Amino acid sequence: MIRLSNVDKKYRLGEIGSGTLYRDIQSWIAARKGLPDPNSKIGHENFVPGESFYALRNISLSVKKGERLGIIGGNGAGKSTLLKLISRVTTPSAGEIDLYGRVTSMLEVGTGFHSEMTGRENIYLNGAILGMSKKEIDNVLEQIIDFSEVREFIDTPVKRYSSGMYVKLAFSVAAHLNSEIVIMDEVLAVGDIAFQKKCIQKMQQAALNEGRTILYVSHNMNTIRELCDRCIVLDRGKLVYDGDVEQAVSHYSKTLLESPDYRIDYSSYSRRNQGLSGICRIEEIIAKEKTVQMGGVLPFSVRFSAREAKEIRLRIMAVMPSGHIVGMTYSDPVSLPEGSSEAEFGFDTAFLAADVYSLDIAVSSYEKDVEIRHDFISRALSFSVDESVRYFGKHWESRAWGNVKLPAVKVTEVHIDER
Amino acid sequence: MKNNTAYHVRITADQSPISLNLREVWKYRDLIMLLTKRSFTLIYKQTILGPAWVVLTPFLTSIVYTVVFGNMAGLSTAGVPKLLFYLCSHSLWSFFAECVTRNSSTFIANANVFGKVYFPRLTVPISSMLFAGIQFLVQLFMVIALIVFHVFQGAVHPRPELIPLIVPVILITGLMGLSMGILISSVTTKYRDLQLLVSFGIHLFMYVTPVIFPVSQLSDGIWKTLLLLNPMTAPMELFRTVLLGTGTVRSVSLLSNGIFAVIIIPLSVLIFNRVERNFIDTV
Repeated sequence: MIRLSNVDKKYRLGEIGSGTLYRDIQSWIAARKGLPDPNSKIGHENFVPGESFYALRNISLSVKKGERLGIIGGNGAGKSTLLKLISRVTTPSAGEIDLYGRVTSMLEVGTGFHSEMTGRENIYLNGAILGMSKKEIDNVLEQIIDFSEVREFIDTPVKRYSSGMYVKLAFSVAAHLNSEIVIMDEVLAVGDIAFQKKCIQKMQQAALNEGRTILYVSHNMNTIRELCDRCIVLDRGKLVYDGDVEQAVSHYSKTLLESPDYRIDYSSYSRRNQGLSGICRIEEIIAKEKTVQMGGVLPFSVRFSAREAKEIRLRIMAVMPSGHIVGMTYSDPVSLPEGSSEAEFGFDTAFLAADVYSLDIAVSSYEKDVEIRHDFISRALSFSVDESVRYFGKHWESRAWGNVKLPAVKVTEVHIDER
Repeated sequence: MKNNTAYHVRITADQSPISLNLREVWKYRDLIMLLTKRSFTLIYKQTILGPAWVVLTPFLTSIVYTVVFGNMAGLSTAGVPKLLFYLCSHSLWSFFAECVTRNSSTFIANANVFGKVYFPRLTVPISSMLFAGIQFLVQLFMVIALIVFHVFQGAVHPRPELIPLIVPVILITGLMGLSMGILISSVTTKYRDLQLLVSFGIHLFMYVTPVIFPVSQLSDGIWKTLLLLNPMTAPMELFRTVLLGTGTVRSVSLLSNGIFAVIIIPLSVLIFNRVERNFIDTV
């Protein structure tokens, strides 16, 4: 059982400092002279040191034993912060959290895995980090190896594993722990669909048969629907809905558009994906509009920072609030100079039916047809396609017609039969 | 819920700074062992000589010391064969230095893991200390073998009756190294400059500690007094007294060591504990 009462998590801007004593002194001197801080980020004019913001505000929540709670919300809603608090990685600024039971946190797959060590060695180490004794691991070792489907490679260093195998092994360790509370942050998002199903079943069983409590954060509403029996929606640090899963999902689609932020700061947003080069990063996305007329173009601009000059393209996936991916497209190439730059884009919604969408944005460059991925932000911005057009008197019905508005069918020829 | 109260944890904003949970650390002892084992596995992966480096490094260093400090600079080694003297001093010193440097990056090197899952953070420095300790013990065997060889030649006169003193000497050296390391690590979560100073600082510290020379080398005066006040002087001289039968153990050195240990060990653990709770917000 978990109980949170009036929990706040406050981050103080500026308290973090620049990381070196020299720069902190520099900033301090500038502040004394009334000059602008030489170390503040460009484009952050309204950055006030000492000002604080609430990643979570006044959260009260209680989760019963055996419940499977889904947690959804847009980027920066506080989902990860909530999980960090419950998994004891950080502490709240105010309020109390009571945990009755041991907690296994899977905020990332394979935490503490070391690429040089074999699968077996990593099982022991990962298990121990998650709080198991060597004896407990010995007891479930065979089950873990069976579940992971990587038995043949168990004595191979994990650096030789494919990312799918890596995830399978990591999930298997965490799934076989004897903890009462399991916290998962989108770990199921990776790995193949069959394994995903298997994981969800395993977690459901764990909840139903062993009474384990599960907290699950995901952008994929389908896995939430499958796994969870209750769902909460977070929006900018506040708990805005608590209850039925379907209701929560529709509430979430609404909050996506309600958020007034037209500028979304991604400079300190933690990227979940592995294998990003980090050479070019998305610092900020400025959404100029939240609603487009059906068939219109959505304008947005992206502020990049690049360690070296690169020609990049954006790879954009349009995603439904349910997590269902509608389609993918590329932007024209953009030559980014070294340093900071901003580019404006127009996302053509010609093929999208009226609904709410989010865009997953990857920054990639291509060398000899090999994609090098520099950055990736899921649900980077959200918008709605508005339905002003009628199709022969009818509104678009996504449930019956889908979300892709295919091009009109051409009439190539008309033969008139002679009478 | 009732049967789970054994595992009840309450997390609040204001935990008292002395909520040190050593029982929890003990529960994670398997993790400590695995982390120690990992350090060994990783350090010798893809090396030709593998674990032989444990004895090779101090041996080569001692040869260099013998040539540079012993022969060229002509520093006295209190009548003990030079190579043996340096090997003996170097093993204890490198144990201490290793504890400091390894632990000084605890938070930053493990930020990724610490940010994702909770476990008692002290397990990491403890395992680093064990890693350095095991290396030291291996080196100690080599030193003892060399001592036995020299005893037969009548060149050294160890004090076997004092051998039990070796245990507290090793413990205090390791704990002091660990404390200084985690103290630096706690501070470096905010200012990384200090981390760059560590290896330089520890090197400098070596020259103001009787490692490459015995205290008896210095004539009475301000420098000798300062040297005697160095908290690392007592373990060093005591160590050599037992193994080589020569050393200057003064009560002032013992006192300085004792006071330093009593202050820095609890203080560093408290600060470490304090920092560990929220450090992930600042890295």
